[in-house]
Amino acid sequence: MIRDALLIAGKDLRLELRSRVALNQVLPFALLVLVLFAFALDPDKSVLTEATPGLYWIAVLFSALLALQRSFAIEATDGNRDALRLSGLDPAGIFLGKVLAVSVQLIVLEALLGVGVVVLYTSRIDGWVLLAVTSVIATASIAAAGTLYGVLAAGLRVRETLLPLLLLPVLAPVLIGSTRAFEAALNGSPSEGWPWVGLMSIFASLYVVAGIFGFGPLLEES
Amino acid sequence: MTTQLDAAPEGLDSTGSRATRVLGVLAILSLAVLALFGLILSPPDASQGEVVRILYVHVPSATFAYIGCFLTTIGSAMFLWRRSAWWELVAYASAEIATVFTAIVLVTGMIWGRPTWGVYWVWDARLTSTTMLLLLLLGYLAVRRLPADHDVRTKRSAIIGLLLVPNVIIVRQSVQWWRTLHQKPTLLANGVGAKIEGLMLFSLFIGFIAIGLVFAWLLIHRFRLAWLEDQLDDAGLDAAIAERRAEGDRS
Repeated sequence: MIRDALLIAGKDLRLELRSRVALNQVLPFALLVLVLFAFALDPDKSVLTEATPGLYWIAVLFSALLALQRSFAIEATDGNRDALRLSGLDPAGIFLGKVLAVSVQLIVLEALLGVGVVVLYTSRIDGWVLLAVTSVIATASIAAAGTLYGVLAAGLRVRETLLPLLLLPVLAPVLIGSTRAFEAALNGSPSEGWPWVGLMSIFASLYVVAGIFGFGPLLEES
Repeated sequence: MTTQLDAAPEGLDSTGSRATRVLGVLAILSLAVLALFGLILSPPDASQGEVVRILYVHVPSATFAYIGCFLTTIGSAMFLWRRSAWWELVAYASAEIATVFTAIVLVTGMIWGRPTWGVYWVWDARLTSTTMLLLLLLGYLAVRRLPADHDVRTKRSAIIGLLLVPNVIIVRQSVQWWRTLHQKPTLLANGVGAKIEGLMLFSLFIGFIAIGLVFAWLLIHRFRLAWLEDQLDDAGLDAAIAERRAEGDRS
């Protein structure tokens, strides 16, 4: 299962390295969202700096939707889904591989977005450990739930509009948790942030387990 | 079309039966009794005044919205486990009724909130998590009503239905945490949870019975309608072919 997961993750990441869709389209989109927030909220009043955690994670969520759609779009063409099923790889491994590939892309995106908010919103960065752990756990949650709901929406004509409707309400706890944890870290009171990391860990575990068991039947049927 | 309906076996052209007609009449009667007790016989609340009366509908609706969600998750689980089409329809029908009841909860809550808190909306844990519940239900219904193959729709919506209650629990817990870390949940302290007794308690009790009967009546009918819809999907093609053949014989 782990070997299959690494194979799939390697394949997806190699595809990304060669096509650079996430780098050339998703990342600019995320930066665009940061600039749009500045247009919408007065940058002269310290709104942007105060709201940095929330705006940052909203930007991540929207970008994650694009990354997830890309992750399933690459399986949609040329009968790739059938090839994937015929390959004999463990469906749980395919799920974990997809989650891993999306997570790696999102982590890179988050690091660059972090530089973006520091530069654009003049936010001060503090509490590195909590920030890093929150990012990893939140990213795993988004990728796991996103991959599960992504395969639910895959292959349907309405997938572009369906995925956000299904996924965003489910990810509400992750948005709340990651935002509060970031706030705690930036305000210099990291002890308030760790319970949220715990909540997100439970969330991530639930969706990883649900994906390991549910991904196979869903992949077969569509 | 009319010939087809006439040809249908007794009872198939209607979603009603003797039992559901009795149930429907009981539901209407209990609603009348609820109106009598809720609007006239029960006294106004000491702190909330006349506004308290909407709670006789609000609180039971919330309870049955949650029951609908549990039925959806149970139905979805049974469908995935036993491949039972019956349970799948139970899940679908109760999700739809639960959506309606959740909307009723939100609307009556806002009507109650305006005079009590002075605003329609506060970012209270209960209000927020009920809104999220409505959105999760709408997601389920969106998938169940996809313009896609019947098997695809039922299977995918069943997985969402299975995750519905776990999602509701996690969202509820996180929203509750989110609010209580910021402010004490004092708003509802003199609201629903406050001590309630005598005629007011009795009115609330009647509210539960009346809303429960309405819920059951709606659920049974929605279930039968969904079942007929499925039958129609299956029978549609056969009937069309038969009709064309009949036309050919006549000419």
